[in-house]
Amino acid sequence: MSVYLDHAATTPIFDVAVKAMTDALTKIGNPSSLHTEGRSTRKDVEDARDLVAKAVGCLASEVIFTGSGTEADNAAIKGLFWKSGKKIIVISAIEHHAVLDPARWLVEHEGAELIEIPVTKSGVLDLDYLKGLVTKRGSEIALISVMHSNNETGVIQPIAEVVKIAGSIPVHTDAVQSFTKTPLSYKELGVTSMALSAHKVGGPHGIGALILQRAYEIPALLHGGGQEREIRSGTLNAPAIVAFAAAAASKIYEASKVQELRERFEAGLLSSAPSAYINGVDAKRLPGISNVTFPGTQSDSLLLLMDSMKVSCSTGAACSAGVHRPSHVLLAMGHDEVSAQSSLRFSLGANSTQADVDFALSVLPTVIERGRAANQK
Amino acid sequence: MKIIAAMSGGVDSAVAAARAVEAGHEVIGVHLALASNPQKYRSGARGCCTIEDSHDARRAADKIGIPFYIWDMAEEFHEGVVENFLGEYAAGRTPNPCLRCNEKIKFAAVLDRAKAMGFDGVVTGHYARTQIGPMGKTLHRAVDPLKDQSYVLAVLTTEQINGAIFPLGDTEKVDIRIEAEARGLAVAQKPDSHDICFVPSGDNAGWLRDRLGSEVGPIVDNAGNKIGEHKGAYTYTIGQRKGLGLTIPTADGSPRFVLKIEPVTNTVVVGAREELAVSKLIGEKTIWCGPAVDEKPQRGFAQVRAHGAALDCTYYFSGTQLVAELDKPLLGIANGQALVIYDADRVVGSATICESA
Repeated sequence: MSVYLDHAATTPIFDVAVKAMTDALTKIGNPSSLHTEGRSTRKDVEDARDLVAKAVGCLASEVIFTGSGTEADNAAIKGLFWKSGKKIIVISAIEHHAVLDPARWLVEHEGAELIEIPVTKSGVLDLDYLKGLVTKRGSEIALISVMHSNNETGVIQPIAEVVKIAGSIPVHTDAVQSFTKTPLSYKELGVTSMALSAHKVGGPHGIGALILQRAYEIPALLHGGGQEREIRSGTLNAPAIVAFAAAAASKIYEASKVQELRERFEAGLLSSAPSAYINGVDAKRLPGISNVTFPGTQSDSLLLLMDSMKVSCSTGAACSAGVHRPSHVLLAMGHDEVSAQSSLRFSLGANSTQADVDFALSVLPTVIERGRAANQK
Repeated sequence: MKIIAAMSGGVDSAVAAARAVEAGHEVIGVHLALASNPQKYRSGARGCCTIEDSHDARRAADKIGIPFYIWDMAEEFHEGVVENFLGEYAAGRTPNPCLRCNEKIKFAAVLDRAKAMGFDGVVTGHYARTQIGPMGKTLHRAVDPLKDQSYVLAVLTTEQINGAIFPLGDTEKVDIRIEAEARGLAVAQKPDSHDICFVPSGDNAGWLRDRLGSEVGPIVDNAGNKIGEHKGAYTYTIGQRKGLGLTIPTADGSPRFVLKIEPVTNTVVVGAREELAVSKLIGEKTIWCGPAVDEKPQRGFAQVRAHGAALDCTYYFSGTQLVAELDKPLLGIANGQALVIYDADRVVGSATICESA
């Protein structure tokens, strides 16, 4: 038996998405072409756009397909910054690198000033801090970016409140982890822009979406054929787009079922490893993510041991060399470097079963024991 | 057995891992990240710690069909190897960091961690052999005299040797490359790494100067007369002749060589070639790679450099020091070099030279 508990990294593609994609792969026609084949593919893309828009609660015209969630984040952060003519970028201290790194790049290359909003020990954005900042320096702020839920801990962030505090300041939210897992409505949140990714929701890799208010123009990253409101040029990736839409509209992911499994997992884990603790446990979390600290261990040892026992999980952040580094998310939640490197992320998905959870629980005691022994060397 | 294959990204460790798999072991590939700020790309024949090298190791593991991970040993490497290297130079000695790496990292930190995690040992691409006989598992020279690395492994204790597998010791390097090619390993023709892996520029003297300073000091002859100035005592090695910048010639016009480096007074002592000759080597911090030696003199071979000659000698252990009396005098021995004793091709043990006469 092998058990996959890394659905937050990527989750298996749904059958409906495979079918939609393979059907589209053999179809001819560039969606931008004017002839019969082109119009037919264009129709597939626009139907898909309708489905994605419906699933995320926005207008079809607000959906801009991109090559990934990272691209959507980059387009938003850079685009909103350049459009504003202002200097300050405000982000949460726990953003994904897809937001953090373009923001840092703007500091280095475009003279931006970056302000990070701290989070509580539970991993929730400090709204009072944000309020104080907006009161003091609101007129200088180009944009505020706060993720809808955190990819490492699953902790859901108070985006509606952020929007309220922001007033007229544009707000971007990276909703890559939240989409289809927890109620998410672009319209109700009132954000300016939102990033989505297909492969986290049962769609294929290499396709994402930037949701951006209708008639809200931002400078483009990619220039070319003028597709996608001239914000994202490039031939529309019709097979990936229709597969993304098929997955997003499928309702295959059952949040209550996944949450029950997560609860079973965490209860079992805490009873077999009493010193372990769950990060963000006091906060509202996504149903499928469990971020656990195992004191006295090193997460890369634990991961190797879990892997050798056929359970796949994650250590969170890895740098380009593949070397494990302490997670900036856990550090922001008050961990020190040692405890931040003693943590694993387990994430369940639509096809996770009770047998998966029980198998993972069955190997944990050996893994923790050996992980502790290795750490003492 | 369940073993960890330490994979540098080079051809040797890749073939070693493949051979271990073929021998029936359950093998997991591990690349050691030893630099805290790794370079993206390899430059020349130096190092094994770039991101490109780690990628090469990963692709070799893919080809062999084994799991692959990266272990961050940068902190351990810095403390155990780099700082030791600097400390030794600062004290006027000439260390060999490869021995320290084997002693502190590959067969200590890695082996210990592997054992704690339920593995039985570590396989590496070192050119050396092990044999099991009446003395237990012993360490021996590789069959390829040009590649033999038993010298840099002479810091392993019996327990560490018991946990080590060296599948390449019975093969010549040229055949390892052919084998790598036949196995479809992309690193088959990757150049060998030379020099000191943590000095990416290859400029050891400059690297030392940057870290230890370059305080100008006197160059003196054996009588204590100042005959020149040096640019940082650390950057000279015993036996060095070139680059001394001496303008006052000797009476007979014969060249001068570095005889001694005195870090406390920041002095470099030079003299005639004959004065470099020593025939007695005394080492401390002795490590036995098999049964310990006693004070009874025995015949064997001494080696003082990684690819140096095997020198006929009589050796014994005084109780605190390992002593080798050479049949023929040797030139240019620096304190800090490792003295390795061989009984035929078996590695008896090693010590760090602290005195020679």
